[in-house]
Amino acid sequence: MSKKIRLMQGNEACVEGAIAAGMKFYAGYPITPSTEIAELSAEKLPKIGGKFIQMEDEIAGMAAAIGASLTGLKSMTATSGPGFSLKQENIGYAAITEIPVVIVDVQRAGPSTGQPTSPSQGDMMQAKWGTHGDHPVIALCPSSVKETFDLTIRSFNLAEKYRMPVLLMMDEVIGHMREKVEIPDASDIEIIDRKRPTCSKEEYLPYKPEANLVPLMADFGAGYRYHVTGLVHDETGFPSNSTEIANDLVRRLVDKIEVNKEDIISWEEENTEDADIIIFAYGCVARAAKTAIKLLREKGIKVGLFRPITIWPFPEERLIELSKKTKMIIAPEMNLGQMVLEVERLCNKHTKIERLNKVNGEIIYPEEIIAKIEGVL
Amino acid sequence: MDKHEIRLSGSGGQGLLLAGIILAEAAIIDGKNAVQTQSYGPEARGGASKSEVLISEEVIDFPKVRDCDVLLSLTQKSYEQYNHGIKDTGILILDSSVVVSSDVKNKVISVPIVETATKVLGKPMVTNIVAMGAVVEITKIVSYEALEAAVLKRVPKGTEELNRKALSLGYEIAKQSLI
Repeated sequence: MSKKIRLMQGNEACVEGAIAAGMKFYAGYPITPSTEIAELSAEKLPKIGGKFIQMEDEIAGMAAAIGASLTGLKSMTATSGPGFSLKQENIGYAAITEIPVVIVDVQRAGPSTGQPTSPSQGDMMQAKWGTHGDHPVIALCPSSVKETFDLTIRSFNLAEKYRMPVLLMMDEVIGHMREKVEIPDASDIEIIDRKRPTCSKEEYLPYKPEANLVPLMADFGAGYRYHVTGLVHDETGFPSNSTEIANDLVRRLVDKIEVNKEDIISWEEENTEDADIIIFAYGCVARAAKTAIKLLREKGIKVGLFRPITIWPFPEERLIELSKKTKMIIAPEMNLGQMVLEVERLCNKHTKIERLNKVNGEIIYPEEIIAKIEGVL
Repeated sequence: MDKHEIRLSGSGGQGLLLAGIILAEAAIIDGKNAVQTQSYGPEARGGASKSEVLISEEVIDFPKVRDCDVLLSLTQKSYEQYNHGIKDTGILILDSSVVVSSDVKNKVISVPIVETATKVLGKPMVTNIVAMGAVVEITKIVSYEALEAAVLKRVPKGTEELNRKALSLGYEIAKQSLI
């Protein structure tokens, strides 16, 4: 076995990816099924000159990660449902203050403490609407251990590039499963760092956007003195009551994603060219879908897969295109119907949409998808 | 298609999660694909826990056992909880303490795994390694060399000799159970 091929757990791949991306700070409060991310960060960060802090709760973990990032360190925190709820207020703070940070949610069955060791996809809409007010959201969703490695790196890159919180939406199955991973050479990994100002310290305007709508970010404490607040602020960072400034700021924050959508959105398709039926699935459920597709195609039923990799922003255009040439889209989810709301909103003019939902704390099996498809055919 | 679906079950604390990791690691050393998943309750000890391993030459999509080729159960409770979805040709490898009803159609191999670890080696902590020796002796799903390498990679330093011994006893008691 070569050194680079390893049996690795999803949560471990997340930490390896974070370190490959340049993570130097982790703060959080351990919670099943994300605990290994905290454990491994605690073990690895001190060895590479980084810092790990276990905070008193998830709110403080989120706050510390934001603070560290403000000083220039790439920062991450990880949690599961109950902690994801607690982090929401500070996720909004990171959005308006434009501080890059990666938040991992290894989803477990909810609501509340729910079923700590059981998988779920119940936080997909919370990722979009969990914190109040209009704000930009990038949320990625891996469906394998290797992809967890890759998407953790991508989460850091997007956070740095667009100066915002990025959510990595895992689930218990992907977080805890182990599979073969080939780790790429460091030289083959694209790393993006935030753009820092080169102007004089006196001239620096911390919230004056560049052409891509993202302002340059100075490391706090490096001599570029500026004000950071969750209140609506002008280009200097100081609070403002101006309706014009409020309008411009909120629109710019959301437009950062809108105008750069093409750079951000990604998805996977399998067997969609000739598909009569498309399975819309993400995370661990996409793995069930792939097995179901193989078995259904053996029976002569033409089924394909559309798997959003960026859940937010949602890959709207491609899904609409596909819906125009397919007889049916089926959306299996480990919740009572969340991402299917987007599918319905975008595609119900063009095709029939069927739901398949499971909330008993167990993964959806290929046989359940097959039975649903054969039942509606 | 050369695909094996293995379910390892027992009581929480018997080390079956690590056993699953070791088996998957051995398969990868053999150059195959492997996926390991687990399911356990909130308690740290006791309860019924299972670890599932899929081994294949091909890409593995769905990561959980659907048609079980091999079920290992070290306790009655775990046997009763996880004795489902077994193929007609599937094998049940059970600790000698597990009682099976007479209408079971699968091949049953009863092996004194827990007793060997506890009484012969005097170390209940190597129950999982004895069990892996027995499972591999009976099923040959991974090579002996890969299994030993995987065991030595994952056990604490200083326990290598004990674990080697546990493996060979596992092979031994399985051979005797097959006679």
